This record gives sequence, structure tokens and C-alpha cells, in this order.
Amino acid sequence: MLDSEGRAAPPRRNGEFVFEAPWQSRLFGITMALHQAGRFEWEEFRALLIEEIARWERAAAGRPDAEWSYYQRWQAALERLLARKGLYGEAELADRAQALAARPPGHDH
Amino acid sequence: MGGGEPREGRADLALRVEALEAILREKGLIDPQAVDGLIRAFEQDIGPMNGARVVARAWVDPAYKARLLSDATAAIAELGFGGPQGDQMVVVENTPQVHNVVVCTLCSCYPWPVLGLPPAWYKSPAYRARVVREPRAVLAELGLELSGDVAIRVWDSSAEVRYLVLPERPPGTESLGEDELAARVTRDAMIGVSKATGGG
Repeated sequence: MLDSEGRAAPPRRNGEFVFEAPWQSRLFGITMALHQAGRFEWEEFRALLIEEIARWERAAAGRPDAEWSYYQRWQAALERLLARKGLYGEAELADRAQALAARPPGHDH
Repeated sequence: MGGGEPREGRADLALRVEALEAILREKGLIDPQAVDGLIRAFEQDIGPMNGARVVARAWVDPAYKARLLSDATAAIAELGFGGPQGDQMVVVENTPQVHNVVVCTLCSCYPWPVLGLPPAWYKSPAYRARVVREPRAVLAELGLELSGDVAIRVWDSSAEVRYLVLPERPPGTESLGEDELAARVTRDAMIGVSKATGGG
């Protein structure tokens, strides 16, 4: 197997964390798992990601304070894709997120 | 209240992803352990060290280099690397006269099996837009000053083709073995925004 440390591990020398927050890695993992399970063609997701990025760029034009988040675009694309596939209802997701937000402090992990 | 527009905070995003995972898990659409495994693979096992192996082999083995430049996907598979986002690989060779640099102007296409996931700057709107229009200036800002007589070629990755730059072997590395050479090959050199690190 390949070394992940030591001399033969160049990426750690100029690397950076692949994900900036845990939700980004979960989002990536969820997307890959669904794809591997044959739930969608990658190109279908990619087309939506391109749309979401372009949409942000149009909205951000002339707004230097617009905050760029790649994985936010990814999330928007995935939600659109899954809604299109009918894998869950939009209300279902919103309700669940709200329920999670209502957890008492200290239980949000 | 201030009357500002509601903003979608990062905390809300995290909750939404958590909710999404929970729903998909309950419906039997994803296996949390599979998700864990995929994340771990991309954080630990799949990364630029794979591409560095490919480059080092090409530096020491002219026959391999010839195969790599004519059919990169097959030559990379010889070393055991392949999979999603690496089906159609093309390797472009840097020479004293030509410097290659890779971008994805539309999104973030990138050769995962050999480089892992792209760094944040590769996905940024600024890099994607500017490296095509003014590659020399962008490379200089990233710390790579190229002399005026070096031609710069910009390759736009797509769903169909993923590019990997074969950097020039640095001077002073004639005595190094393949493992030591691989350690000189950085991710940025294989994207084309820097050079492999020299001898010493």
C-alpha cells in the first residue's frame, strides 16, 4: 500500500484539509454513496452543480461581499437532484432539520 | 429586529446535511458505514501521492512515460489507480518551452484517483475565470514566474477528460530513486501551478 506519511507522502507537504467542516465531508460521502448505489448518474449531478455555481456567480456579480462556499453549491445541487428523483419530500427535509435544531444544547452532535 | 434579509448560516447547512443523511438512512438509501468509508478513503488513501507515483515512474522509465502520454488512463491503471472521475485521463508534459496548467471553468472537474479532491482555490470563481484569460499573471500570483519565452497551455477539464500535468524532472535529482522522486512531486505541480521541487 501507499505511504501516507514519510518521504513518499508528498501531498501532506503542500496539502490542505480536503474538507473545511464536518458537514462538507458528510455531504460528499452521502453523494458518493448514493451514486455508488446507482441512484443517479454522475453527469446528472454535475450538470446541476454547474447550474448552481453559475447561479451564484450571476447573483454575486457586483456584490463583492457575496460569500462563496463550494459545498453550499454542492448541497443545493444534491437537494435538487434528490427532489427530482422523488427520494424524499421537501417538507420532510425541512421538518427534520427544524427538529434537529430544536435539540437542547449539548445534544447537537 | 434589524429587518435584514434572512441569511442561510453555516449552522443551518450543517443541520440540513444531518437531516438529509438521517432521512436517507431511514429509507435504506444509504449505509452510514459506506459513507464513513468513502470519506476516509478520500481523506487518507486517495490523494496526490498517487499522482506523484505516476510522475516518478514516468521520470525513471521512458517506456512507461511513452505509454502515459499516449494512453494515460491505461498507464495510470498499471499502477493500480482508477475509479470515479478518472475514466478518461490525459497527461500533458511540461518542457522547457511549454508549461501546462489545468482548470475546470464550469465547476470542479479534477482527476480524483490520482490527485484526490481539489483544493479550495481550484474551485474558486477567481481561479476558474482568470487562469484562462491571464494564465501568466495568475501563475505569477501563485508564485510561479515563467519567462516570456515559455508558452502556457491551459487545459479545461470536463466530464469527458481529466488532465494531469507531467512536471519536468528537477535538476539535481539524477541519483534519486523512484520513492525519493515521488516525494518531490507536489499536488500543485501536477495541476501546473508550480514546479516539482529541486535537488538538495
